[in-house]
Amino acid sequence: MQPRSATRDANGAAATDGIDPAGPDALTRPPRLSARLAAWLEASPRYVYLLPAIGIVLFLSIFPLIVSLYLSLASIRLVRGGFEIRFVGLDNYRKLFVGDTQRHFLGRFGDYNLLTLTILTFVLAVLIFLIARYIANNGFKLFGTSLRVLTAIIAFGLIWLVVMTYLSGGLPGTLVVTMTFVFVGVVVQFLLGLGLALLVTQNLRGKRFFRVVFLLPMMITPVGIGFLFRMMTDTLQGPIAPLWVALGLEDFSWTQTAFGARSAVIIGDTWQWTPFIFIVLLAALEGVPREPIEAALVDGANEWQAFRYVLVPYLMPVSLTVIMIRIIEGFKIIDMPQVLTRGGPGTATESVTLQAYNSWRALDLGGSSAMAYMLLFVVTFSAVVFVNFVRKRVLEHP
Amino acid sequence: MKKFMALASGLVLVASGTGNLATAQSGEFDGVEVNLVTFTGPQIAEPLQRRAPEFNELTGAQVNVITVPFADLFQSILTDQLTGTNSYDAFVFAPQWMVDYLSGGVLEDITDRVNNDPDLEWDDVGQFFREFSATFEGSTYTIPLDGDFHMVYYRTDVLEQLGMDPPQTWDDYLAIAEAANGQDMNGDGSGDFGSCISKVRAAQAYWWITSIAAPFIQTQGTSEGAFFDSETFEPLVNNPGFIRALEIYQATNEFGPPDEQNLDVGGTRALWQAGRCALTLDWGDIGTLAIDPEASIEAVQTGTGAIIAPGSTEVLDRETNELVPCDEQTCPYATDGVNHAPFASFGGWSGGISAAASDEVKDAAYAFFSYMSQPAQSNVDVTIGASGFNPYRTSQFENLQPWLDAGFTDEGAANYLGAIQDSLNSPNMVLDLRIPQNARYQQVILDTVLSQFLAGEFTAEEAAQEIFDQWEGVTEELGREDQLAAYLGTLGTITGGD
Repeated sequence: MQPRSATRDANGAAATDGIDPAGPDALTRPPRLSARLAAWLEASPRYVYLLPAIGIVLFLSIFPLIVSLYLSLASIRLVRGGFEIRFVGLDNYRKLFVGDTQRHFLGRFGDYNLLTLTILTFVLAVLIFLIARYIANNGFKLFGTSLRVLTAIIAFGLIWLVVMTYLSGGLPGTLVVTMTFVFVGVVVQFLLGLGLALLVTQNLRGKRFFRVVFLLPMMITPVGIGFLFRMMTDTLQGPIAPLWVALGLEDFSWTQTAFGARSAVIIGDTWQWTPFIFIVLLAALEGVPREPIEAALVDGANEWQAFRYVLVPYLMPVSLTVIMIRIIEGFKIIDMPQVLTRGGPGTATESVTLQAYNSWRALDLGGSSAMAYMLLFVVTFSAVVFVNFVRKRVLEHP
Repeated sequence: MKKFMALASGLVLVASGTGNLATAQSGEFDGVEVNLVTFTGPQIAEPLQRRAPEFNELTGAQVNVITVPFADLFQSILTDQLTGTNSYDAFVFAPQWMVDYLSGGVLEDITDRVNNDPDLEWDDVGQFFREFSATFEGSTYTIPLDGDFHMVYYRTDVLEQLGMDPPQTWDDYLAIAEAANGQDMNGDGSGDFGSCISKVRAAQAYWWITSIAAPFIQTQGTSEGAFFDSETFEPLVNNPGFIRALEIYQATNEFGPPDEQNLDVGGTRALWQAGRCALTLDWGDIGTLAIDPEASIEAVQTGTGAIIAPGSTEVLDRETNELVPCDEQTCPYATDGVNHAPFASFGGWSGGISAAASDEVKDAAYAFFSYMSQPAQSNVDVTIGASGFNPYRTSQFENLQPWLDAGFTDEGAANYLGAIQDSLNSPNMVLDLRIPQNARYQQVILDTVLSQFLAGEFTAEEAAQEIFDQWEGVTEELGREDQLAAYLGTLGTITGGD
């Protein structure tokens, strides 16, 4: 970097021999305001480049987040000429956890049985083991240990919810339904996307054509896909109703049972999002050098071993990133259940976002904001756990 | 062809100058644009979209009809207006929402305009629609474009074959549905359905339960109310009458299409027109859709009958919270021992104007609604099935000619209009729930719990308790006294039967 003053003339040409063309006083005269500003800007790139971005983020993201946090602690009602916001504290959250919308949000819990007790005991044991191992390896650190205990409690709570609603004769609420869509959907989408990506990297005829075809669902609007699947799952009047009849399924309805409706939503979501995983993994696969794989094969590895021990480590960073993006995105699912089943039958396919949306459109802005905040919490928790405990561990020990 | 003739006769009326335009003169609204929002339809949006170009030719005003899904309409209007976006100048919506729109200052008071508009023929609009649907606390805010009552439709040929009469009670309804279920009613060789009722969530399905429950719950006339106790404002759902209604509602599943829980009214109406249902519960739309030769099979065109929504021979004693038989005291308005409580559900799609619109846009929007509602247009539109508009003017019940032009037989028109009039004239008619945040009570809580109940997530008793608890939660939040006052205010609006 050049000295701050007396080294450039008005046109920016550097003074070369110590003689300032501006005159003999130029070295002692304080620099002009514009020069000082330019110098400050040059010396403070972090403010220059970051401040506008921070300002925009604050305005578009953080500020609404704070306002919606306040709304989640309030009740809103229309009054003549406007609306009235009344602070109600944690009442909207109380309703979700122990109040009149608990069954809708968390679900209805069944009784403990041998299966649920076994699973929960096992999960508890694993979590305690992980914490104990952390303390044994790192010693007792208040912050680190507290964080892990808190994580374990939340993780156990979420698993308890799933077990006590699905496996004990209870009914899953929108939170568990959303987690079902996310975890089942992402696993299926990843396996399919990986399979398709591996397929089109083979030396097959027409692979360019299939690359384009496999991408098509991603180009269609989600609502369009919802309607497409809604028509196709209509066994009475849909375009493929004759096929359902030919298969003897004219009395079957995808959307009449919780299992069928959830399956239809996951199938539609998978059709929509597999191409995203496919295209990312395809790009990653095409960037993998051939030499290590060929070397492994020459050294006697079979195809599976080459895939598992050479290809998978190369794909792992991209795979974990794409899974995390899909998990975050998946938690916000609303279009498919809204269009395909409208959250039904009952609340079998209602996601948290759809529940929040339904409340919002009936003026329950406080309740809706509280649901949105709970979703934000679960998404953030899942992402943080994934990054800190899964991604880091897998990348360190592929 | 008949439908075409009905349309053509309407156009001729317009061309000959019979279609008046309130105060609007030719070219008066040149360059004025009105953005009007309603629901996706195609019904309701259809006549607005069809009439807008006519209106443009007559006055120069450009009416843009914007549509959003039914479940989004309430909030879409409210958000647009309360945030000051004001992208909508006029709305065609459920009058039930008027109370919330007025609280937000969304609607323009059109009392003076209506009073000074002889072409509207305001007195020809049925009293219920004038004084309840269009009015709030003595001022007029909307122009009715539609009249709504729930009725039961039946296939006359199927009932004749079964040797059964049209249903007087809900037990009759279930008996007919059971007997007809599985019979081939459209000649395609496959079995059809005893009952088709739209039950999908987030649409208009939550209205039916009130039609089923009302005859068990309301007996002492319209001002008694069927939703809340008029002293304590406790919901009238956790009682044997409502639970019996839930059981009936669920029992109809056995005789319906396999994906009934995913059908909206468009779906059930299509099934009716295809001749696949012996019974259905619907607004007035089925009557006019059934005569459409392009969409309905012949057996449906000639064999669709309508009757007032079924009643009950047992009713709720609110003192003892038990069902008791109908007698002169318990059911003073009963007919042949059957208590009917026809539900004026929805109250008819109505047009309102944004208070935030400019004066010239308000004038144009009013002129458009007036034009739509004037007998020259509306008496034709209510005979067209695709319009979604049902009769609401006295002249529409008295002059049968438009109905005959549209394709009804004398007997068919008398039967259809008679069923509506029986409901409209009932002294025990049930008024729509018009209290603050009614959408939250019905469109969210009632709709969701009913769907959960149909899906087997709740028993009837649990569902009733769930609705009770959640409605009580909303009432506690909004203030019991305020809600009660609003409820009593609407009940006192009209006595029914006039």
